[in-house]
Amino acid sequence: MIPEPDSGHGQGELVAGASPGGTAGIVIAPGQQVVDPWAEGHHPPAIGPWKLAARRLRRNYVAQGFLFLFLALVVVCILAPLYASDIAHIGPNANNITGTINVAGKTVDVVSPDGVPVGPTFSSHYFFGADSNGRDLAVRLLYGGRTSLVIGGIATVIIIVFGTLVGLLCGYFRGVVDMILRPLMELIWSFPVVILGVALGTALALGGIGPVKGNSIFIPAFIIGVVFIPYLGKPIRGEVLRLREQDFVEAARVQGMGSWRIMLSEILPNLMSMITVFVPMMLAYAILLEAYLSFLGAGVQAPNASWGTLISDGLSYIQTTPTFSLVPGAMLVLTVLSINVVGDGIRDALDPRAQVRVRT
Amino acid sequence: MARFAVRRLASAILLLFATSIVVFGIFEVIPSYNPARAIAGRNATPTTVAEVSHKFGFDKPVYVQYGKTMELIFTGQVIDYQDNLNVDSQFASRFPITVSLVVPAALIWLAGAIVLGSISALRVGGLADRGLMVAAIVGVSIPVFLLAAVLLYLFAFKLSWFPNTGYTQFGSNPAQWAYHLFLPWISIAILSIGFYSRVLRSNLLDMVNEDFVRTARAKGLTRRQVFTRHVLRNSLMPIITMFGLDFATLLGGAALVTETVFNLPGIGQYEAQAIGNLDVPPILVGAMFTAFFVVLFGALSDIVYAVLDPRIRLSG
Repeated sequence: MIPEPDSGHGQGELVAGASPGGTAGIVIAPGQQVVDPWAEGHHPPAIGPWKLAARRLRRNYVAQGFLFLFLALVVVCILAPLYASDIAHIGPNANNITGTINVAGKTVDVVSPDGVPVGPTFSSHYFFGADSNGRDLAVRLLYGGRTSLVIGGIATVIIIVFGTLVGLLCGYFRGVVDMILRPLMELIWSFPVVILGVALGTALALGGIGPVKGNSIFIPAFIIGVVFIPYLGKPIRGEVLRLREQDFVEAARVQGMGSWRIMLSEILPNLMSMITVFVPMMLAYAILLEAYLSFLGAGVQAPNASWGTLISDGLSYIQTTPTFSLVPGAMLVLTVLSINVVGDGIRDALDPRAQVRVRT
Repeated sequence: MARFAVRRLASAILLLFATSIVVFGIFEVIPSYNPARAIAGRNATPTTVAEVSHKFGFDKPVYVQYGKTMELIFTGQVIDYQDNLNVDSQFASRFPITVSLVVPAALIWLAGAIVLGSISALRVGGLADRGLMVAAIVGVSIPVFLLAAVLLYLFAFKLSWFPNTGYTQFGSNPAQWAYHLFLPWISIAILSIGFYSRVLRSNLLDMVNEDFVRTARAKGLTRRQVFTRHVLRNSLMPIITMFGLDFATLLGGAALVTETVFNLPGIGQYEAQAIGNLDVPPILVGAMFTAFFVVLFGALSDIVYAVLDPRIRLSG
């Protein structure tokens, strides 16, 4: 509602409506010059989309709180070797079947003669108890967290890099490239992620890939990355199909830019907000899928631990010592939940329509 | 309509063929994995491995092996490596248990999502609405097997409200059947309810401004009639597609882990054991079985969608 200076208002008449500059209710004397808040030179300073998103995110205290929780969990897991060497004095894979420890003044077997490991002691040694090999579960919990986070991180990098690449190639070149790559994505997508991950995980755990051994943590990371590529590649492809018809791409083409340069310097920057939204979502799903695969025995292989294997190992003792399963479970849920809440905050700030759903 | 259905089913069959090649390829093409060695055991001599290899036909060209494997699967002669059990008959005898796990679970989750989604759309910003927002994000952050483990500990071991294990056939005692399966149903259903009701809620809210809703109000229907007959019915459609795929996926995800935690002798437990033993044939059959249901339900939900919404089949 722009107040018009010469619209025949009577003296002292109130200008109807509120103008953005806060000039509502100003009494205009006849002949007085009214400043048009939308005129040239009166725009509020322009804010880029990223700054706007950052500003929105700064007001989202819930997301910030969960970001700190996530960072705290990451730091705790990074400090695992320190805990192992200075507090627990035992490595993550060190067996101690015949050892004894002192709990509340009594000497207790770490693993009793009939194979039952000691429960939580809540002291420096075996804080959360031992597993059936007499390994310190608290140490394994932290190392397992490192494994879960590293696998999730590597998988997310694979998903982002290759999902973007495949989406760009399909969307930009269309034709033959699209006819080859798109059915491949559809094919991967038509499998439930767990069952495809399990099939790949079993096959690769037996033989490894080339120089990578079967029990390397890179194998689950690679598998999870591959399985999730279509979940990013398909939406990116659709967006590229839309962008490539835009005038600015046409202008770049007329200027004589090559295909690769157009993709990287014209189209890719326009995909960045979409990709940013996908990073936390994919990280959360990757960590969850790692837990599923490891729970089923097709993910992280012995002697490495991850939160998934720890939950699975603890399940045999759920009746007597539920903490064996529930403590790694709580770590897993807190981590994934904090990533999801932060991810939701980022999505709301950047691209509220973006959504991905993985069927597990 | 018939043409749409035929076309959709034809592409489903093509996709199914492709998935079988992928599953087969995973176990055959991957280098350095030798199934003969897996069968012969860790300490087998090269001669034994060669014999096993010949016996199972692993020395034949890949396409011959593919044909042979598919033939074995479809004629019901696949044997697992671990216990020499017939994989197909294992699946057949265990399938009813998995069905009685996933079907009621899916019904609980759909009913819960429709009720809660409607409540939160009718009272936007209310307690239920805000609660569901939290439930949806917590639901996608908890793996099914962990929730199953927590429920098992709390309600079966600590409180003893429910049995911790075992399965009773529906035919012999329906009450016991439901009593034994209640916790597994809840484990599967509860995590999805949050997400589904959020989707339904946003569909419902989008629908409120549609012309046909205004027309329905204008012709004098009550709020309740407009909501149940027009708004809700139309909002359920996108959920049908989502649900078809999710339901089929249960067989290859949630059923595997839930049956493992609750020790239910369904196909999921059989597959999970096979994974633990690196026993390839059940995994291969299981993956194809699941992919079959995903492809089938994907096609079916598209067709149902097209029946309900004629615009789809006219445009596509």
